[in-house]
Amino acid sequence: MAQPQKVVVVGNGMVGYKFCEKLLNKAGGGSFSITVIGEEPRPAYDRVHLSAYFSGTSVDELTMAPASWYAENGIQLLTGECVLHIHPEAHYVMTHTGRKIEYDKLILATGSSAFVPPVPGVEKEGVFVYRTIEDLDAIISYAQGASRAAVIGGGLLGLEAAKATLDLGLETHVIEFAPRLMPRQLDAAGAGMLKRKMEALGIQIHLNKNTAHFEGESNVKGLAFVDNTSLEVDMVVVSAGIRPRDELAKQAGLGVGPRGGIMVNDELQTTDSDIYAIGECALHKGMIYGLVAPGYEMAEVVANNLTLSIAKKGDVKSFHAFDMSTKLKLIGVDVASFGEPFCEHTPHDTIVVEDKLKGIYKRLNVTTDGKHLLGGILVGEADNYNMLLQMVKNQMILPPNPEDLVMPVRKGESAGAGMGVASLPDDASICSCENITKGTICEAIEGQNLGDVAAIKKCTKAGTGCGGCVPMLSDLLTETLKKQGKTVKKVLCEHFDYSRQEMYHLIKMSGTRTFDEVLEKHGKGCGCEVCKPAVASMLASIYNDVIAKQAVIQDTNDRYLANIQRGGTYSVVPRVPGGEITADQLIALGTVAKKYDLYCKITGGQRVDLFGARVEQLPFIWEELIDVGFESGHAYGKALRTVKSCVGNTWCRFGVQDAVGYAVRIENRYKGIRAPHKLKSAVSGCTRECAEAQSKDFGIIATEKGWNLYLCGNGGIKPQHAVLFASDLDDDTCIKYIDRFLMFYIKTAEPLQRTATWFNKLEGGLEYLRDVIINDSLGICEELEKEMEYLIETYHDEWRVAVETPEIRARFTHFVNSEEADPTLEFVEMRGQKRPSDW
Amino acid sequence: MTTQHTTWFKAAPISAFPENGGACVKYHDRQIAVFHFKQLDKWYATDNECPHKHQMILSRGMLGDQQGHPKVACPFHKKTFSLETGLNLQGEDYCINVYPVKVEDGFVFIGV
Repeated sequence: MAQPQKVVVVGNGMVGYKFCEKLLNKAGGGSFSITVIGEEPRPAYDRVHLSAYFSGTSVDELTMAPASWYAENGIQLLTGECVLHIHPEAHYVMTHTGRKIEYDKLILATGSSAFVPPVPGVEKEGVFVYRTIEDLDAIISYAQGASRAAVIGGGLLGLEAAKATLDLGLETHVIEFAPRLMPRQLDAAGAGMLKRKMEALGIQIHLNKNTAHFEGESNVKGLAFVDNTSLEVDMVVVSAGIRPRDELAKQAGLGVGPRGGIMVNDELQTTDSDIYAIGECALHKGMIYGLVAPGYEMAEVVANNLTLSIAKKGDVKSFHAFDMSTKLKLIGVDVASFGEPFCEHTPHDTIVVEDKLKGIYKRLNVTTDGKHLLGGILVGEADNYNMLLQMVKNQMILPPNPEDLVMPVRKGESAGAGMGVASLPDDASICSCENITKGTICEAIEGQNLGDVAAIKKCTKAGTGCGGCVPMLSDLLTETLKKQGKTVKKVLCEHFDYSRQEMYHLIKMSGTRTFDEVLEKHGKGCGCEVCKPAVASMLASIYNDVIAKQAVIQDTNDRYLANIQRGGTYSVVPRVPGGEITADQLIALGTVAKKYDLYCKITGGQRVDLFGARVEQLPFIWEELIDVGFESGHAYGKALRTVKSCVGNTWCRFGVQDAVGYAVRIENRYKGIRAPHKLKSAVSGCTRECAEAQSKDFGIIATEKGWNLYLCGNGGIKPQHAVLFASDLDDDTCIKYIDRFLMFYIKTAEPLQRTATWFNKLEGGLEYLRDVIINDSLGICEELEKEMEYLIETYHDEWRVAVETPEIRARFTHFVNSEEADPTLEFVEMRGQKRPSDW
Repeated sequence: MTTQHTTWFKAAPISAFPENGGACVKYHDRQIAVFHFKQLDKWYATDNECPHKHQMILSRGMLGDQQGHPKVACPFHKKTFSLETGLNLQGEDYCINVYPVKVEDGFVFIGV
């Protein structure tokens, strides 16, 4: 067997690592003996996401592969070791420890270093660059004694650095020499929008500023500019560009460019054919590529060609000018630039959308015949970036109204025509970091039966670089499975092979009324904490029986008809329709709260919450509340909670309708109805919207002529405004639409899916929903209304039933063999009331 | 096994426990959750305390099975525990004690 070829890689950054990975994948072990020499003290890490280090991502998480990976694959990894000389004639390199390493092929992946302009005073303490984990550690430690930081350089990396100093709690200034931010990626208008956004976040931007010298004694105290202005800061991060690390190559007599960079041909060979250069140190046709994707492509080319020279099969690959498109999130602001962003020398027409209010700027450069996209710029919203980039790369024919591609997408409306992954050709590159095409991904999904995005990542490596293509992977998966006749079905859990919508239909058709019947007829096993409450909710939505009759399948709150709180006590929320309450009712609440020593809190939904009730106290408390006319508020259920209202025209001088009266009517109409998730509503008496109806599942705002109905909003983790569904409705029409809407949602949503999420996934969006509910396009409105009518007629106050039914009431005990309360409950005093002691 | 020393504590009549649900039994100053898993025709007993946040609550938990293995889910944060072994089924570190149960003459006895 031939001796393995000796491959030595100088530089263990992202590209150097990727080269090793690719060479191993192509050649397998044995054909090459690989040695990697890196000057940093640790194996290669993800420099693209370096800023994540500030927000708590650990070095381990950033590491491309641990040292053990190199060992397992037979790679000799030397970290913390510098190569001092290359000897091209004798084919070896010499390191600073005096180690002599021979090679057959040498790969230079030396990367680049931060460019530090020779400004007087740059050597002072407190001046940093932003490149390595050591730099970041130094910045973090120095920042503890600093309060104002300046970042020199308003490019990509500079803004990343600014985010870092902002995150460290420093007043942050960005100094840019050019008249705009990110001059290589953005035009003046786009950069202006970005500047406004950055300023709104508290970053101060100084443009057209040329630093003359750094002020201060041993430590930096400020910057003096050429225009005789100055800025007092106690820390500076220099991010004025990168310089290729070509010093080793230069010293070895290899060709380097006049402004730096190791000259390479299309096969990435330097002027010595046994020495290659890849990544940021390579100068290809006058270009230095400072992005990771072209670096990976270079690694691919060299790995391929080296393998070829041994295996003697396949085709020689070469490197071509690479797309510099990029998308990133800068301090929460999406910025993208793709294709030819400026089109300085290409005839074109532009389509520009600018919304200063929302901070969105989008520019498309289109061929003068309007058929093809050349490139563009996106600031503030870049959701369509992947598709737009694909349209450029594949020279796809633009849809008839290309402006639709950049018009802001409203929730619920489908994106512009021709925007689906289905329209992409098979050779469209989906993951540009790893250069993986749509064809490859789809083949993997089909050939290897991949079922989720994680599997696609693992199998194809797509989406493992910057991660920007992950949403497209998910779309491709759905698309491919659909083509195969498979659906990505959301089944309830291991016990039911159906989606909630299917289950709902099956239960209704089969007339099953208990969990056991449903399980026997449609499921398997014993059930679990996922399917039991889901089936319980469906049974309640269909039959509206007393839920306490099947207590053990209810989630704990529904089982005890109260909200469990820390310590295991419960809270009690009586219904207060529309938030309208009499003085007597308030007194009654106070009396009960006092008697049972309950902590009192006004809720966000205009009700009173009484905390700290022990399980055995609940029936007694409710007995007293029912006596004075209160009913269950269903605060514990996935059901209608509250219909909040403002005071409306009965008192308010601005009101145009009786908001409270209408809220009371609505709340009493829908109370007790169980749904896939909780339902909240509100009625505002005028356009000032004091009841915050637009944040509700269904919200109603008075107009001079009637009511505007808003649907599918929510607060919570991901707040979303409700959308205007219909305007100027009369009382009864508005209610008719709500009846239909609620039933439609109840019948078709996933378990625990709020109306907003349901709506976002509703194919056809708002127009479709209007068609179904207003125009009865599915012909189901009569049925929906009938089902709603049934639920309203069968309403019962479930606490009254619980208190009056001895076998239900008997379950409210802590012990079954003792009358005693739970002796472990402990409370402490807080602002004159009690609270549970800490857990 | 040291079953020969098991003390059987007479907890309550069968009817005190909901079918396919649990209830809490007081034994001196201890609290034991007892479950009547009717679907499997089995009885289980465990600590009432969920070790995750030290809440006396497991008797109010929900019964179910994971691939046929009986479990209980804590009402607070849906931590699930094997009723056979007491181990946490989500691979977390804590676990609960399980106790033998027998039913005689309509009464439930717990081995403590």
